[in-house]
Amino acid sequence: MHATKISIQAFFSMALILLLASGLGACNVAPNERQTLRLATTTSTEDSGLLDAILPEFEAQYDARLEVIAVGTGQALALGEAGDADVLLVHAPALEAAFVADGHGTQRYDVMYNDFVIVGPRADPAGIRALVRAADALAAIAGAQAPWASRGDESGTYVKELSLWQAARVKPAAGAEWHYSLGQGMGATLQFANEVGAYTLTDRGTFLSQADHLPNLVILLGGESIDENPDPALYNPYGVIPVNPKKSEAINHELALRFSAWLTSVETQQRIADFGAEEFGQPLFHPNSEAWRSSQP
Amino acid sequence: MQTILDSLREAIKLLATFDPELLEIIGRSLQVTLAALLISTVIGLPFGAALGMARRVPARAGVMATLYTGMALPPVVVGLFVYLLLSRAGPLSMLDWLFTPAAMISAQVIIALPLVTGLTVAAVGGVDTDLRLQVRALGATGWQTALVVMAEARVGVLVAVAAAFGAIISEVGAVMLVGGNIAGKTRVLTTAIVLETRKGEFALALALGMVLLLLAFIANGLLIRFGRDIGMER
Repeated sequence: MHATKISIQAFFSMALILLLASGLGACNVAPNERQTLRLATTTSTEDSGLLDAILPEFEAQYDARLEVIAVGTGQALALGEAGDADVLLVHAPALEAAFVADGHGTQRYDVMYNDFVIVGPRADPAGIRALVRAADALAAIAGAQAPWASRGDESGTYVKELSLWQAARVKPAAGAEWHYSLGQGMGATLQFANEVGAYTLTDRGTFLSQADHLPNLVILLGGESIDENPDPALYNPYGVIPVNPKKSEAINHELALRFSAWLTSVETQQRIADFGAEEFGQPLFHPNSEAWRSSQP
Repeated sequence: MQTILDSLREAIKLLATFDPELLEIIGRSLQVTLAALLISTVIGLPFGAALGMARRVPARAGVMATLYTGMALPPVVVGLFVYLLLSRAGPLSMLDWLFTPAAMISAQVIIALPLVTGLTVAAVGGVDTDLRLQVRALGATGWQTALVVMAEARVGVLVAVAAAFGAIISEVGAVMLVGGNIAGKTRVLTTAIVLETRKGEFALALALGMVLLLLAFIANGLLIRFGRDIGMER
């Protein structure tokens, strides 16, 4: 008798958990008949906290729900190409241009920019601290065979790195002992560089937001803020691209266009300019839309 | 070391304050995992039992090798496969499941099913065949015999379910790909851990990991208690 009683208890506690779980789930799905917009973007925009800071405004203004998929630029473009996202916010100008030219996106609009910097160990074994061009720094690192941590993925940062190697006229041989191709995200790559004392290319925002955990790394080329960055090749522009509605009937093109217009409007651009200024002492992203540029004296 | 201590404090704080975002993420983690576990148990248990008890199975070695290989499926590969199926450019696009909990459950069923089935086969196969003959001789029907064998193999069967639960509640590669880690919609504990790690919020990430372990501990405790109640305790 006793055994059956407990077994009923156990059964009910299991059932309760199931019920609770499915109930909680249902709450999230049921109430909104609002339009949804699926935004595929790079990890840097989400991880920096920018999207959390500005997107609620859009959701309220247009009574819409944003679904943010934060992945590498390569994957974001692939999602767009398959029609699995309505709009993209990415940072790889050459790939973006090809994406629009191939008819996957309708148009690309300037949104904002920040910059890349080269970070490395304080001791700076390759002696890049005094250099002006990132390509020269990479050549010096290769020459000294100093450890270099490479993203090695299809991220916007990696695309930039490849263009810098090309400008440096150095082709790091696969398997060269000093060249680590990690295939990981920016955070993991920075942690790796911090642990092994390697140089790496990073966007300034990610480095600033994680600097607390990276005691061994300092910015060696790029200066303390974007205004001090000596190399225009380290410029890192972000663009917004509505996905071609011909990809799928499910694409919400109208809302994607509204989102693009909202993101590039002067008001939103001002919010982008203000973001992070307090926490990091400098903005992480700089507004750059057409509307913003023409509003500036 | 400081981060580890911070994370402990953070975990306690999150749980003590019933952080609404955390509760929602926990709820979704349980919902997805338990749904996937239920489906794979309902399919895998009878299938595994039948496979383990059947005297002659055509190409048994091949079937078993396939099942055991299924246990080695890399979750990211499962995720990629499910993504390609559910994508708007894929063959099952009409379901409109991509980046929803349904897609996450589908991927987790594929991961859990070989585990439940394979371990059930092993558990049932370990039951003395004489028992079956005896029960049969006492006049039991095929179904009744199967139930007796399952009861005898219950420890192994419970292990099968527990192993599948452990594999999918801690899984991140597949749910990240097909769920998209959308806040308030498909974010679960594991994908939240990845996000916080990427953001450099190590203490919070570790705290979420502790919450996940706590959940798994409670679930396994319930499972063991359930096992005891059905007479596993000697």
